[in-house]
Amino acid sequence: METTIAREQDLSKAELERYSRHLILPEFNIAGQRKLKNARVLVVGAGGLGSPLLLYLAAAGVGKIGILDFDVVDESNLQRQVLFTVADVGKPKVEAAKARLEALNPHVKYVAYKTKLESGNALDIIKDYDIVADGTDNFPTRYLINDACVLLGKPNVYAAIYRYEGQVSVFNNLRQDGTRGPNYRDLFPSPPPPGLVPSCAEGGVIGVLPGIVGSLQANEVIKVISGVGEPLDGRLFLIDAFSFETRTLKLQKNPEQVVVEELINYEEFCGLNLIEELEEVKEITVKALAEALENNSNIQLIDVRESFEVEIASIGGDHIPLASIVEQVAKINADRDVIIYCRVGERSAKAIRELEQKFGFENLYNLKGGLRAWSEEVDTSMAIY
Amino acid sequence: MAKIIIPTPLRKFTNNEAKLEIAGSNIEEAIINLTKQFPELKTNILDDSGSIRQFVKIYLGDEDINTLDKGHTPINDSSVISIIPAIAGGKE
Repeated sequence: METTIAREQDLSKAELERYSRHLILPEFNIAGQRKLKNARVLVVGAGGLGSPLLLYLAAAGVGKIGILDFDVVDESNLQRQVLFTVADVGKPKVEAAKARLEALNPHVKYVAYKTKLESGNALDIIKDYDIVADGTDNFPTRYLINDACVLLGKPNVYAAIYRYEGQVSVFNNLRQDGTRGPNYRDLFPSPPPPGLVPSCAEGGVIGVLPGIVGSLQANEVIKVISGVGEPLDGRLFLIDAFSFETRTLKLQKNPEQVVVEELINYEEFCGLNLIEELEEVKEITVKALAEALENNSNIQLIDVRESFEVEIASIGGDHIPLASIVEQVAKINADRDVIIYCRVGERSAKAIRELEQKFGFENLYNLKGGLRAWSEEVDTSMAIY
Repeated sequence: MAKIIIPTPLRKFTNNEAKLEIAGSNIEEAIINLTKQFPELKTNILDDSGSIRQFVKIYLGDEDINTLDKGHTPINDSSVISIIPAIAGGKE
């Protein structure tokens, strides 16, 4: 990779000793290590993928690492985000990550961005880096990173995961003939509409998977920087950790793909602006429900979550999973108030909209904030998941 | 019959089947037969005009069917068809 003379720095004695296993590695050797030292990598998302990415890139001696994330560490992150410890819960991720990485390798310069990557700041942030590693969790940011990298001419090392399945590729890679390899839009020209593909928070993820996939991603970053080996340019790697099957598929530039000329509104592009236009449903707060239950009000309570979720936490009522709500409509009362609940209130709202549209119910209320709100405001002994 | 690999996000529409044997002499026939067998899959793979949706790729072996003969690409008993959906998880 080309680096400017002004940034060119050589390795100190301490660094030569620290990286000795790279230095004696044929093909890689001191030339590869020098390239790492002079490289600047931006890691977007300090979470499941970001954890192994940041740990390995820092350990390997990448000269400057940008860490971008707006979130704080949550207890439920620790199942897979091995960058963080119990002591970090509640702290901004970028701060906890920076402290952890400084302890791991003080020879690296770390820059923390406690912000959301947006069309307004993306070009300004990314322009100072040689490579971007995409470890985000949503389509708008993935298309934004892709387009910004295309506009600025930066390689984008991509990975995404869902439950037991992972995807890895190197997009917009500079080839020897001066052309750029395919990018995310060559793979998927546009994103699925909201609600069609469930998010990780909805779908769950096996904790080791981001470790496996993020490590592969880190390896590709190192290959692109050092020029050693064959990067995953023009190929898409797939892993199914459930069946332990892997595939590497060919990826080509799509000649019909529209050329990226500027950054756009990615929330709109991904249809997220439409969500607010969904029909409002009647709501009840968790406190009002707690009172109603205490007064033995004549209400029906319905839980639309999956059976395995009921085992984690429940406030009772009839259990009718969302997928079978229409089939089991006979169980839903029409002559008294019916409160429908799920984990956070999204699936229950969906159930209400469907029941109202198909059967004309007028007595359905959504439990606002779902069980999560219940565990925060009514019964703090109940597990939040 | 050709084998078709169903990705995790779509398995809820195929009774959790990850691999299916599907009849058809080309990709289009196989996809149509698949969506006939599992109607809920249809909106996730095909748009209203019956074209493959923009957030899904169909592969025959390791080749994108768009670089072959698209829906007319012939298949046989040894063919392995993959449906590759866009997934976004990573930070969560």
